Amino acid sequence: MTAVATSDFIDKEEPKRTVMIYSRYERFWHWSQAALIFTLAFTGFSIHGLLPLGYKLAVQIHSWAAIALIVLWAFTTFWHFTTGQWRQYLPKLASLPAILKFYAWGILAGAPHPYTKTLKRKQNALQSLAYLWFMVVIGPALWSSGIVYLTYPLWAKMAAGTHALEIVAFIHLAAAYLISIFVIIHIYMTTTGKTPLHYIKTMITGYDTIPLSKAEAAYLAEDEPNRLKS
Amino acid sequence: MTAHARFFTAAGFALLLGVTAAMAQEKFQKTDSPPPPPAKYQKMEAPPPPPPPVLNQAFGPVLGTTADHSKFEALKGPFADSAAVTKACATCHTEAEAHIKKTIHWTWDYVNPRTGQHLGKENVINNFCTNAKDNEGMCGVCHIGNGVKANEEYAFNKQDSVDCLVCHDRTGKYYRLPPTRGNSACAAMFEGRDPINFAEVAQHVGLPGRENCGTCHFNGGGGDGVKHGDLDSSLIRPSEALDVHMSEQGQNFSCSECHLSKDHKIAGSRYDMAAKDEGGVGKPGQRRDVATCESCHGAAPHPKPSLIGYQLDAHAERIACQTCHIPKIARGGVATITDWDWSTAGKMVNGAGYYEEEYTQGNGEKRHTYWSIKGDFKWGENLTPTYKWFNGEMIYTLADSKIDTSKPVTPINDPQGGWTDPRSRIWPFKEMHTNMPYDAGNKTLVFNHLWGADDTAFWGNFNIRKSIAAGMKMENRPFSGEIGFLPTVSNWPITHMVAPKEEALKCAACHARDSRLAGVPGIYMPGYSRFGWMDFLGLAGLGLTLAGVAVHGGLRVAMNKKNKGEAK
Repeated sequence: MTAVATSDFIDKEEPKRTVMIYSRYERFWHWSQAALIFTLAFTGFSIHGLLPLGYKLAVQIHSWAAIALIVLWAFTTFWHFTTGQWRQYLPKLASLPAILKFYAWGILAGAPHPYTKTLKRKQNALQSLAYLWFMVVIGPALWSSGIVYLTYPLWAKMAAGTHALEIVAFIHLAAAYLISIFVIIHIYMTTTGKTPLHYIKTMITGYDTIPLSKAEAAYLAEDEPNRLKS
Repeated sequence: MTAHARFFTAAGFALLLGVTAAMAQEKFQKTDSPPPPPAKYQKMEAPPPPPPPVLNQAFGPVLGTTADHSKFEALKGPFADSAAVTKACATCHTEAEAHIKKTIHWTWDYVNPRTGQHLGKENVINNFCTNAKDNEGMCGVCHIGNGVKANEEYAFNKQDSVDCLVCHDRTGKYYRLPPTRGNSACAAMFEGRDPINFAEVAQHVGLPGRENCGTCHFNGGGGDGVKHGDLDSSLIRPSEALDVHMSEQGQNFSCSECHLSKDHKIAGSRYDMAAKDEGGVGKPGQRRDVATCESCHGAAPHPKPSLIGYQLDAHAERIACQTCHIPKIARGGVATITDWDWSTAGKMVNGAGYYEEEYTQGNGEKRHTYWSIKGDFKWGENLTPTYKWFNGEMIYTLADSKIDTSKPVTPINDPQGGWTDPRSRIWPFKEMHTNMPYDAGNKTLVFNHLWGADDTAFWGNFNIRKSIAAGMKMENRPFSGEIGFLPTVSNWPITHMVAPKEEALKCAACHARDSRLAGVPGIYMPGYSRFGWMDFLGLAGLGLTLAGVAVHGGLRVAMNKKNKGEAK
């Protein structure tokens, strides 16, 4: 455990290397998920009557996009566990105060980010906490209520005369507001890198320049030379 | 000539008769009301001859015939009257009369097994001409009995008293006249019609077409389209857009294609409705006791596999088929009455009744907007129905029901059910609003004696106090003598004028803020429903987040410049 903990603040003396930290699948997942979430938000809030897309078309797009997202998440869950990447989301709360302080003040005052990305730990404590919340609470609330909502024809008879549909809709809508808030903050945070577009470029190309330990550099050079750019 | 004019049935006479009666009278009591507007007087003319019936209508499962009635010896005639024809019919159709006499078409008497209420035209009070009882001399024109002539007592048990021809005539030349002549001046209205060649009619009988059923059912409430909103003469030759089932360009359904019968007992009475039919199509030929959409289309009729198809099928759990598939009523060019005010009835000009025709309906015909014998009317066409939960049960306000005058409107028939009742669905209704006379002392509805040659009948004497007192006496009912006018509503479930599927309501007709179903209780309807505080919190959260991000971003930009400036 200590090894991982120190990697949060890795030795700054290690030489920085440009290395692929987001694999092709991870980027595919991220961007297709982003597209689907935007689609779902636009059509979903149209269904709710807050955005202008026609009801029937909105329902059709929303339903198919939801099915696509569920498939994507099923694959991605599988990917997380087979690759061990799920560990990225384990909250490491020790550094959280420093990061909160940075975003509250340091970033304004021009202080350096207290966190350095490493190969093993791509996310800072605030990020992993936010993503964990997204993946464990908001996401499941959305997709579970969404699946129940979508399969209304299967349980409509049982629900006649009850508030069941209303409760499902309530959960789904509440989670939709939360994810929308998450997405806004998430997008804003991508502008807080070295340059406003740095993080977005990283998420597109997959490459970032991070300090690599000698062992990591040697491993990559030997086994995954494609991931090392320079 | 318009469809309406061509289809001038015996029941249509009722309208003309009343006017004639009104004109002839002298006993009107003057009131202090302002002088009525200029009057138009009834021209006495016989109605035009009826058109030939629509051919090749589909009649339930019966197709083709093995009997040519023109070849039957018994039908050679000549016949003196329709009773003589009935006698001839019975030589082959030995059980028909016995069947008929058990049906509500004959008895006008019905006990609802679900509510226990005693209904039927001989019992109920409606909010059109209010009561058939005590007005049989006129209203009996729609009773399928024979042998009730002027000054003759009703004799329903008499042999050969069923009128076979009014339902089975396929020449279009048979007609019925009111059993009695009513006020003296009315006789003129029955003159000038071609005499009926009973032998010809008898030799051309068949299964009832839309014209036959429509003789009465299109003219309920006193004229074409008056009562239902989804039943009027436009359905004799409807376009496909008006009625996808009955159109000659479509299925050309006769009424009995859906209203199947067994022993002359016809399915689909409004008195006991199947508001939610989960029986579906049943086995072939099995379901003869319902006239539901589901009995032909099944309980899951929308196209599948399709996401929308599954969702629409699920709608049927809580929404009647009619709600989406009959987007508007009275859309065939014939108007329906939505409001009726009896309190203005009885005004006269120069000692005679009169009428005004200020409404011109879609097919160009004018309709009465005031009529001395009935009061003021409001008409409507292309109307959006009213939507209510309904489980098929109606509770009627009957003659002995105590009226709760604290209610703003008294329902004449009250659809039962609600969102918590799984047997209920949201149904379309035509609401009929009538300000009608009642016994303000005893707080009951009243029987009004409208029709007759005596000096109490309202149509002729124009004294509502006298006519109601007479009606209540005929019924042996207590009457306080105090007449008031009561706002009432009756609810007419809508089920005809089914539009082609392309014309069915679009999703957004209901799933929108200005939903058609706005105000129907107990529904969560995406696009219409909101979660007050949660929507507020959600939108506030979104707004604050955007604001926070903007402030943070702005500070970053500002501080960055400042830092750079200091570095220099």
